[in-house]
Amino acid sequence: MNDKYNAYLNTTEIPGTGSGILAGIRVSIKDNISTKDIETTCASKILKGYIPPYDAHAVTLLKNAGASIAGKTNMDEFGMGSTTENSAFGPALNPHDTTRVTGGSSGGSAAAVAGGLVSMALGSDTGGSIRCPAAWCGIVGLKPSYGRVSRFGLIAYANSFEQIGPLAANVRDVAKLFSVIAGHDKKDSTSVSKPYDGKVIPDIRGKTIGIPREYFGEGVDRDVAAKVREAITKLEELGAAAVEVSLPSMKYALPAYYVTCTCEASSNLDRFDGVRYGPEPEMNLPWHDAYTKVREAGFGQEVKRRILLGTFALSAGYYGKYYVKAQHARQLIAKDFASALKTCDFLAGPTMPNVAPKIGELTSDPLLMYQADILTVPVNIAGIPAISVPCGTAHGMPVGLQLMGRMFGEESLLNAALAFEEAV
Amino acid sequence: MADEEYIVVIGLEVHCQLDTSSKLFCGCSADFRADAPNTHVCPVCLGLPGALPVLNKKAIEYALKVAKALNCKIPQEAEFCRKNYFYPDLVKAYQITMGDNPLALGGYIEIEDDAGNPKVVNLTRIHVEEDPGRLIHMGNKERGHYTLVDYNRSGIPLIEMVTEPELCSPKEARRLLNKLRATLEYLDVFDPDKEGSIRVDANISIKGHERVEIKNISSYKGVEKALTFEITRQKNLIRRGGSIARETRHFQEGKGTTTSARSKETATDYRYFPEPDLPVIRVSDWMDNIVLPELPDARRDRFMNQYGIAVNHARTLTGDLHLAEFYELIAPVGSQIAASWIADILIGELNYRDMPLSKIISHAGQFKDLLVLVRDQQITDKAGIDVLRVWLDSLSGTGSPETPGQIVARLGLTRESGESFRGIVEKILTNNPQAIADHKAGKKGALNFIVGQVMKETKGKSDPREIHAMISEILGE
Ligand SMILES: [Zn+2]
Repeated sequence: MNDKYNAYLNTTEIPGTGSGILAGIRVSIKDNISTKDIETTCASKILKGYIPPYDAHAVTLLKNAGASIAGKTNMDEFGMGSTTENSAFGPALNPHDTTRVTGGSSGGSAAAVAGGLVSMALGSDTGGSIRCPAAWCGIVGLKPSYGRVSRFGLIAYANSFEQIGPLAANVRDVAKLFSVIAGHDKKDSTSVSKPYDGKVIPDIRGKTIGIPREYFGEGVDRDVAAKVREAITKLEELGAAAVEVSLPSMKYALPAYYVTCTCEASSNLDRFDGVRYGPEPEMNLPWHDAYTKVREAGFGQEVKRRILLGTFALSAGYYGKYYVKAQHARQLIAKDFASALKTCDFLAGPTMPNVAPKIGELTSDPLLMYQADILTVPVNIAGIPAISVPCGTAHGMPVGLQLMGRMFGEESLLNAALAFEEAV
Repeated sequence: MADEEYIVVIGLEVHCQLDTSSKLFCGCSADFRADAPNTHVCPVCLGLPGALPVLNKKAIEYALKVAKALNCKIPQEAEFCRKNYFYPDLVKAYQITMGDNPLALGGYIEIEDDAGNPKVVNLTRIHVEEDPGRLIHMGNKERGHYTLVDYNRSGIPLIEMVTEPELCSPKEARRLLNKLRATLEYLDVFDPDKEGSIRVDANISIKGHERVEIKNISSYKGVEKALTFEITRQKNLIRRGGSIARETRHFQEGKGTTTSARSKETATDYRYFPEPDLPVIRVSDWMDNIVLPELPDARRDRFMNQYGIAVNHARTLTGDLHLAEFYELIAPVGSQIAASWIADILIGELNYRDMPLSKIISHAGQFKDLLVLVRDQQITDKAGIDVLRVWLDSLSGTGSPETPGQIVARLGLTRESGESFRGIVEKILTNNPQAIADHKAGKKGALNFIVGQVMKETKGKSDPREIHAMISEILGE
């Protein structure tokens, strides 16, 4: 495989068997999803050499459906980032312009699909990690409802937000891959029994689409906003009714998200101490010092930043001020979305406020990077499904239309996305 | 100075392994003690990246049984949380435990205080958590030390029961543990015979002084020893005008002493937060299905009513499930004779031999035969005890066991009537004029010496009451 976009961390292939619905299809897998006998690093030096002894549930399902496993894709280290520049093994490059980022954190999966190396890939979406690179690379990406896909084997970054989901060049392939991975798994206590039959049909007539004011506010690029407005007009032409709605709690979304995900991450990543993974600790040091050295050398800067933030937010005296408040804000945001989705079938807006930036443009300022997630994060907080579909270009780069649906409403969400895709 | 100057205040945190067949969050077998290290492990209990916990409902059911038996309040919901800290035996660098929303709150345990009066000790809370792995320290000074980790224990369900600081002595603490153990055993949720199945942290202070925590005491005896040592240490310090440091101390099981742990360890901030991988437990919904068996106090009362035995016998016999069951097996011989022979004689003989009751349960019929011999006065009480000792030795030995009947026959211990010993009695009276003089002078118990001599001479085949009567008759009283 000629990996000119640095889309892969490992190009090991496992040929498919059987005659399932993915027979003959090569599927790439984000490197935070455990694959038996294939090194799985989360793009971190600390997991270099870690070979899982088991497959993630989603990978088992892929294999059962006959798919070939085609390599492990590049990502932001442990999923922490929105550009795939935080990979310990170099950034993935955007196939539309290799001086630009892919978006992240599932950037390698998006680049592999957009670059035509595979037709489908698995990513994971904690705060936009599937939709962001799908939008910036001009492909389709679905973040499923929380619980619809098993997280068993997904190396946790922020457990209460993330889901494994499909990326592909078109809606039909996304639906096909989603039909394979959706469903209950008794190994994941947060998974629910909601299989998806894969029967996607173009259908949007008579649906009400809410346009949240906040999705076209300050910080959203004018050309991007114009493209998405055009797409919404297209949806109306197809028989949908657009109404303006408001999600007033959205202003709490970024702080609530970043407090919670860093708290969870700080706990999740503590196990990488050098005893069982990563570079061997220095045996002549007291174990606390040996752990510290391993972690200091093994984690990248952004990961360390989030571990420190989360550790601080959970510490005695601050827990109530940060973690507890963030959970309260989560409930408010979820309520806003639930009430908007009572009257509307979908919500629509841009996936990302901008097009893919140049490599290095966002990394200098972490706050700028965090703000890029403003339109994707609320969906993870609400737990609802959302899909990013290409809707043209701005500044010469792809723009994504984000459609957000009701909890476990992937069926109609995919149907709406297909109707739009076929019409443009 | 009088001791009441020093009022001792003790609180316990008791961790018991719940005797489920699989671990708390995975399907690995919990029966690992006979097996090689790291053979009862899977991605979940090894904390491999991406593995997720799935709750073993049996563990919650067991813990709720305990909560109900200990009169706790059951909340609507309980929630697992993460206790974060680094330690080589802790696979995920966090322990899944319960924090602000435990399984049960309050509750109490009834024990006796040191004067034998009933005492209620209140509980703070009960929760369930996972056991970490185990460190095994290897090597030596010359070749260097190293540590191995065995994860077989990782993920074994623990129940933690916390008492209010209401215990006043090491003996009370021991009684509380005994009562707790008996209750858990009656509930069939705990196997006290499994090594390391109970671990206790004790808080202890002398009123008016700082509190000290003793961590990780792993035996009942150890708790009493550690507390006794600690009280003496603290009293001596205070007496000499020193002050007690608020600290954590470790118990050295071998030496029976406690030593200070580095204060660095006590400063850990565990950063508790709700476990996102597990849903909250609707505890109140479970309670209808929690049915309790007869518990130690109820059984004690029943023994008193049904068998007419004294409270101290009933308490002793019901303080251990197997002992209570053994008593009920033997009671048909005679409820009184069974109670006093088991509670007053058998337990002591077993303890002396360090022999578990389980060794004789399968031979209950022979023990019954022995009591029948005593009850029907075919052997004397004294001979009965001798037979019991020989019998227990034969059961614990490697040779072929002898039945009580065989032992009586072999040693010729069948009781004989007093008249056949008249010659011996007369001889012993003649040889001990001083004892007779003492007796006549009104010295109480002087005759007991004579009776003892006769018993010895007759190898216990004579009945002391009969001998007494004969002596009185000879002395013309
Ligand atoms: Zn296991």
